[in-house]
Amino acid sequence: MSVNITFLAITGVLLAAGFYLVLERTLTRVLLGIMLLGNGVNLLILTTAGRLGKAPLFESGLDPNVYADPLPQALILTAIVITFAVTAFLLAMIYRSWMLNQADVVADDTEDIKVSLSSAYDEEEDAPLAADTTEFVDEEGRPVREGEE
Amino acid sequence: MNVAQLAPLAVVLPIFGAGAAFLVRRKIRQQRAITIGILAVTMLLEAGMLAATWNGETYAVHIGGWDAPFGIALMVDGFSSFMLLVSTLVSMAVLLYATSQGIADGDEQGPVSIFHPTYLILLAGVSNAFMAGDLFNLYVGFEILLTASYVLLTLGGTAERIRAGVTYVVVSVVSSVLFLTAIAMVYAATGTVNLADLAVKLPELDEGPRLILHSLLLIAFGIKAAVFPLSLWLPDSYPTAPAPVTAVFAGLLTKVGVYAIVRCETLLFPGGALNQALLVVAALTMVVGILGALAQTDFKRMLSFTLTSHIGYLIFGVAVGTELAVAATIYYVGHHIIVQTSLFMVAGLIERRAGSANVRKLGSLAKISPALTVLFFIPAINLGGIPPLSGFLGKLGLMHAAVDTGGVLNWLVIAAGLLTSLLTLLAIIRVWARVFWRRAADAEEPTESLVAEAKEVSDLTFQGGAERPQLGSTKAREVEAIALPWGMRWATASLVVAGLALTVFASQVFAFCQRIAAELVAREPYITSILTGQ
Repeated sequence: MSVNITFLAITGVLLAAGFYLVLERTLTRVLLGIMLLGNGVNLLILTTAGRLGKAPLFESGLDPNVYADPLPQALILTAIVITFAVTAFLLAMIYRSWMLNQADVVADDTEDIKVSLSSAYDEEEDAPLAADTTEFVDEEGRPVREGEE
Repeated sequence: MNVAQLAPLAVVLPIFGAGAAFLVRRKIRQQRAITIGILAVTMLLEAGMLAATWNGETYAVHIGGWDAPFGIALMVDGFSSFMLLVSTLVSMAVLLYATSQGIADGDEQGPVSIFHPTYLILLAGVSNAFMAGDLFNLYVGFEILLTASYVLLTLGGTAERIRAGVTYVVVSVVSSVLFLTAIAMVYAATGTVNLADLAVKLPELDEGPRLILHSLLLIAFGIKAAVFPLSLWLPDSYPTAPAPVTAVFAGLLTKVGVYAIVRCETLLFPGGALNQALLVVAALTMVVGILGALAQTDFKRMLSFTLTSHIGYLIFGVAVGTELAVAATIYYVGHHIIVQTSLFMVAGLIERRAGSANVRKLGSLAKISPALTVLFFIPAINLGGIPPLSGFLGKLGLMHAAVDTGGVLNWLVIAAGLLTSLLTLLAIIRVWARVFWRRAADAEEPTESLVAEAKEVSDLTFQGGAERPQLGSTKAREVEAIALPWGMRWATASLVVAGLALTVFASQVFAFCQRIAAELVAREPYITSILTGQ
């Protein structure tokens, strides 16, 4: 199977740029990155079909080897639809985030920060015990401890 | 005609149900009726499928009459139908819980509900993934359930949920991109995406390309299954969602990833080229997850961390790879789905009862909420692995298989597993001691309503004295019945009972898991039945 090297190079560039953008904190850039990733992978699937061929419509008497492989095209079609839906959803979410916070960045988890700032000291478990834990008292009401009269 | 031939209905019914539920979107009662009805029918169908595959039968359904490996095939074997039935059972319980919550909160007057249709779509995706006979259909199943989960996770669109949703969506999309890349490469290397066909053709590849395909698929599934170091998105995003949504996510979504990993390791890449790496990853998943759980003060976050931690046991079983280990893994998956979901439902109940899931604010619940206490206690010690419950049995099976295999690394992972089990118990005990046992007044940040209720109950007990010792607890039950609708309590109770049933019928279930595991390891009759179309 021969491979189209231009397609492969473009795929590489798209994926690299896509992953770079996804690592940004700005949501719009993340979205652009995801779109690039989607396109890059679709191109990769197209590359797996091998070299150019006739349209994959059946004609009797034609050698199967001259047809283009139709399966990758079907896969891409599905993948495009899915990427489209996810992009639309992400756009809506980014817009909502903008409405709420006037911010276009990935926010930090406040609970996470709280946990990471909290000290190892635990009030429930590490606090020193109160001195008088005994329930036994002598006639005058003073607590009685082990080893005492 | 066999029940298994009706397998496509497990995907089609929920999708049609979603459409119908969307059409009646302004009438919440009809929506509920449709959703519950569809789920009940699906559950019956899947019970029939499980019965049909109980003795190790495997059925392939070729959609549209296209023969394998060209058409889309749905596979129904013991493993698929077991996962299908458990997942539908769990979603039914969560749906009843959500419905009861909705009725109690009077959501008839609320905004248009998108919850029911999306919930059905989620189930359709899960079912599709469990039955997929080819990699691309598995991808489509994943996408259906992920897209539905995006919507469910961000229900209501509050700031906190949008923040969690962004992380979740971006991580999921990246994992999907990796999966799609893996599919493209598999297709380029073998010229097929059909699982059975791949099982025949992948071993013929050279070592190098096979290893690349193998690790790429495992990374893609590993993100979905929340395996360390790809698990950190999960505790970040799950706890903010509404309680029923978190419960169903915890039960189903990661397990779909685990299912894919099991299939990948047994069917596509037998021989365990990456087993050593998987063992290390399993140990890290367990230990890092549970250490995270110990640091949390929010109950739901703590549960999310134990969820990722116990995924480690499943990966452990897969990595050991013997028949017994795979059988124990399947048993443990069933246990894990049921127990984690019921605990998240309990977390929802606690939040509703006490106004918060933060353990620093809670206390006295054992006194003022007896039913809730029982509902928490049983799945909690089950999660902690106390004998004779199913958590213990599953771990015992895994350890047994690992000891049989031997080797330094296996023993190290066994040690990590035991440590994790112990630390899980510690995490559970801490919640128990704080939320249920101590006095509400002793909490770090006492909640006034809890303190008042606890005082009222103990005053009543004191007044009742020796003649009427029940006075206080009767009052507590009355107050609890008002705070927690009976539907929510019974839905949770039904799952707790399901968890106990897994213990009581352990020998039958485990024998079934062993039959499944034997088939999975032998890779027959899966391959022949899909290729010959029986």
